[in-house]
Amino acid sequence: MTTDDPIHTLSEAVNQAMDIAMAEDPDVFALGEDIEDPIGGVMKGTKGLSTKYGRERVRNTPISEQAIVGAAIGASLVGMRPIAEVMLMDFFAVAMDQVANHAAKLRYMSGGRTNVPITIRTSVGGGRQFGAQHSQSLEAWMMHIPGLKVAVPSTPHDAKGLLYSCIFDDDPCIFMETMSLLFTRGPVPPGRFEIPLGVADVKRAGDDVTVVTWGWQVPEALAAAETLADEGISVEVVDLRTLVPLDRDAILRSVAKTTRAVVVHAATQFAGPGAEIASLVGHELFGRLSAPVERLGAAYSPVPYAAELESLHYPERKRIAATIRAMA
Amino acid sequence: MTVSTTQPVGSGGATDGLTDDAALRIFRTVTTIRSTEDRIIRGLSSGELRMTYYTVRGQEVIPAAICEHLRRDDYMVTTYRGMHDCIAKGIPLDELVAEMCGKVTGTSKGKGGPMHLSDPQSGLMVTTGVVGGGLPIAVGLALSSKLRGTDQVTVVNFGDGATSIGATHEACNLAALWEVPVVFVCQNNQYGEHTKFADYTRSPSLAERFRGYGMEARTVDGNSVPAMHEAAAEAIGRARSGSGPVFLECLTYRLGGHSFGATTEYMDPEELSQAEANEPVGRYRRWLVDQRGIGEDVLADIEASVVSNVEAAVGAAKASPPPGPDELLTDVFSNAEALPR
Repeated sequence: MTTDDPIHTLSEAVNQAMDIAMAEDPDVFALGEDIEDPIGGVMKGTKGLSTKYGRERVRNTPISEQAIVGAAIGASLVGMRPIAEVMLMDFFAVAMDQVANHAAKLRYMSGGRTNVPITIRTSVGGGRQFGAQHSQSLEAWMMHIPGLKVAVPSTPHDAKGLLYSCIFDDDPCIFMETMSLLFTRGPVPPGRFEIPLGVADVKRAGDDVTVVTWGWQVPEALAAAETLADEGISVEVVDLRTLVPLDRDAILRSVAKTTRAVVVHAATQFAGPGAEIASLVGHELFGRLSAPVERLGAAYSPVPYAAELESLHYPERKRIAATIRAMA
Repeated sequence: MTVSTTQPVGSGGATDGLTDDAALRIFRTVTTIRSTEDRIIRGLSSGELRMTYYTVRGQEVIPAAICEHLRRDDYMVTTYRGMHDCIAKGIPLDELVAEMCGKVTGTSKGKGGPMHLSDPQSGLMVTTGVVGGGLPIAVGLALSSKLRGTDQVTVVNFGDGATSIGATHEACNLAALWEVPVVFVCQNNQYGEHTKFADYTRSPSLAERFRGYGMEARTVDGNSVPAMHEAAAEAIGRARSGSGPVFLECLTYRLGGHSFGATTEYMDPEELSQAEANEPVGRYRRWLVDQRGIGEDVLADIEASVVSNVEAAVGAAKASPPPGPDELLTDVFSNAEALPR
């Protein structure tokens, strides 16, 4: 990344990755609800693409999540590279037979004779008072099904590079677009640009405590780190960027240096991704840790509507800072 | 229209277009399906073989007639009760039987099993173990042909039980909307698992219900070769010419319980024995001799050659090793380094 790169929103970066992929490869196409212009996707991810590539390649669908994901799977079995949009991650619950029983398993069940190179883009709510059915971060659910890759970008730069890689990956990829980050801005390299799946990025270097996080909680962790720097606590923020593949080397490298780790995520803390990461760190660095690994995830409740309760539901910068302070 | 377990095959003069060559190819296919099933049941009963098995007895004619009109590069999707579809579409018998036995020489190296047979070389793209799960995928396969401008057709097979699940309706609505070249083949065998048709729906006709999605839909006697041959020609021709999807309700009768070893006590014994007496493979054989003047010796030669092929396939499967331990974590992802350690 250079500072000379043009500034775009995360949504625009997503749009660029799809635009470039569609221009490069006629087998890439998109399908989903309201993705054609003039709507261009309810989060504007596909804005302009149906005008540029036609309504055959950027296809509106009925409100039919099973059919959207299933049709993407079918086309992918014969070498196409569909980009399916599931409007909100909560709606994966509707499509889950296709996601879990078909997309994730068809390569294995066919002994490698067929594969499923689809990308499912989805918006992830939270922090916006959308209530219990429009706010869930369900990455742990995806991670628990062997065969799915899971990407969660936190910056426009990462969104572009990761989405491009997902589209051209030969396995089903779940690409999570965090709603509260969609219109944040940052530098985005122009033209074709990819970030390999499974490579974490240290978003802030530090010496005392490692925060392992992704997506929405990356800026929260960075804000907490900024506060703590003034107090003399040096925090390293490791943005995993993809959960499957999981960059365990990056996690262990950082925690081996700091000897303290906290995992932060918007997914439910109980049985969440943090448990897997805490277990990894605890096992691999046993005896070298200065404190038990801490986890900060969403409360064990459906996401509440009232703003006062919702702010208690998710981790946020002040709680992250307090947790780090207590262990540093 | 009800299933014709009693009416004579070929009535109504629907034999146009069924040449002797085609008639004999169909005979070979239905005989292969029947013979493979008989051999598997024998092996399961004696303990020689072990697998989950869902009978296709009584449904052999449907895919045998359909595949007369399909090319190798046409796509097919089926369901766990789909061995007949896989054989008709051309999955090599040795690989099919080996897969059902969980052996490394199987279509999926023994990792899919009888409910997940596939062989893209033969165009058999997916066998799903989830009722209705194949229909959305078939719409996507058909969409690929439309987007690429080829004239390939996709056929998706499913039972009448699948007409009660949401995925089926999402898929049919989308296929009609997009006018993709898919033929929905509902093999109405009168039972959804262990429940009779009349006990799970008030719809008198599935074709009538699915016509409501704005696509061509018709009911056909799935146990009659001439009727199925003619209906399949029309449906597949229509899809191939770009006129959109077709729903075929093929009336048939499942000659057994849901799966091997399962009870049949919910089935009317009189109805079952009448259906068995008129089972479609024997009926077709009689028709070939009586109505088409095919020599008994010709049919007997085909039967002998089929039995020998089936025996060879079973023998090869038994001799094949299971997949090795290295296969456990192979094919989860396209790149092994993506596996969590």
